[in-house]
Amino acid sequence: MASTEEIRSNLAEIVNEIAGIPVEDVQLDKSFTDDLDVDSLSMVEVVVAAEEKFSVKIPDDEVKNLKTVGDAVAFIERAQNG
Amino acid sequence: MTGQINVSTGAEHTAVLGLGSYRPRRVVTNAEILEQIDSSDEWIQTRSGIKERRWASEDETILMMSTNAAKEALADSGIDPAQIGCVVVATVTHLYQTPAIATQLAVAVGAPTAAAFDISAACAGFCYGVSLASDMVRAGSAKYVLVIGVERLSDITDRTDRGTAFIFADGAGAAVIGPSDEPGIGPVVWGSDGTQHHVISQKESWQEAAGSYQWPHLTMDGNPVFRWASFEMAKTAQQALDVAGVKAEDLDLFIPHQANMRITDAMRRTLKLPEQIKVARDIERQGNTSAASIPLAISTMRENGEAKSGDLALIIGFGAGLVFAAQVIRLP
Repeated sequence: MASTEEIRSNLAEIVNEIAGIPVEDVQLDKSFTDDLDVDSLSMVEVVVAAEEKFSVKIPDDEVKNLKTVGDAVAFIERAQNG
Repeated sequence: MTGQINVSTGAEHTAVLGLGSYRPRRVVTNAEILEQIDSSDEWIQTRSGIKERRWASEDETILMMSTNAAKEALADSGIDPAQIGCVVVATVTHLYQTPAIATQLAVAVGAPTAAAFDISAACAGFCYGVSLASDMVRAGSAKYVLVIGVERLSDITDRTDRGTAFIFADGAGAAVIGPSDEPGIGPVVWGSDGTQHHVISQKESWQEAAGSYQWPHLTMDGNPVFRWASFEMAKTAQQALDVAGVKAEDLDLFIPHQANMRITDAMRRTLKLPEQIKVARDIERQGNTSAASIPLAISTMRENGEAKSGDLALIIGFGAGLVFAAQVIRLP
């Protein structure tokens, strides 16, 4: 099972590829919209890429709850363990 | 059982022989859209890539725009209009349930007795029409077929809806399809997903609207549409390349339905298209013109020199239904 740091780092690469945000900025306490300027459409792309990368399903209803990088990492961890 | 029925035989190969377009005269800027919605030029541009669009004036009817685009396509093809055996119009904004606009268009372009009908395949309409036309020519049902994509989406746009008011626009595009010595239209990859019928839809039926003063506008749930278009449609586009036997590096042009610049960018990323392939970005100046967007985009690319005769183009239409269709074509 991937560690929190591994998930964060992989997620950071996804955010970098899609939204051009430097990987080092993608930290657990950062808000996707307020800190990283990831808008709703980029968020859809991030979610789809994350689903593929981590072999999890992130339902549309859940996406609005993933406000910070930490929220997303925690959701992925739970989904992988569930 | 003694009688025998003859069967028709058609051409072995088909191609797009000519293309035409009509852009409405009136340019509508984002500033004008912003008079009725609470948004900003920057928001519209970053979410859609749209800087301006064109909305039809009263005299720029579905028939008028179609006729102009069709005549241009016929002239481009060099085909005598009397040779047209069928006219197919793809539209969702001809506001008559019946008759089809295609019959009047057939008269207007000089093919007064051609078979003629409209199809309702939303933003996939042009690609559906190209597929039907190519099959008709191959089956021998018609020697030449005129395909039109035409919309006046401004008629069914809720100009106060900040999610859609800036997207939809008007225009027409046309193609003449006919026999060819070489294959010019690849196999279609098409389908639908009616479980998502509600994500892009007219808000209520004409019957429901008749009892109220509420005009039935088009509504769209942006994020699920974006997800479907950006990822599922990239797979469809790849399949169209595969069935045509064309490698991505052999393509010259990628011309997706101009739905949203962000969808085009995401599809391009997912498809991993080589850098040198030119990508249609007509949405910047035209907005989303549904069935008309692909032929309009091709026209723009031909006019500015990005597209030339003989180029291989991957075209893909997708939209309300949900419906989709993609094929590889060689430009005339």
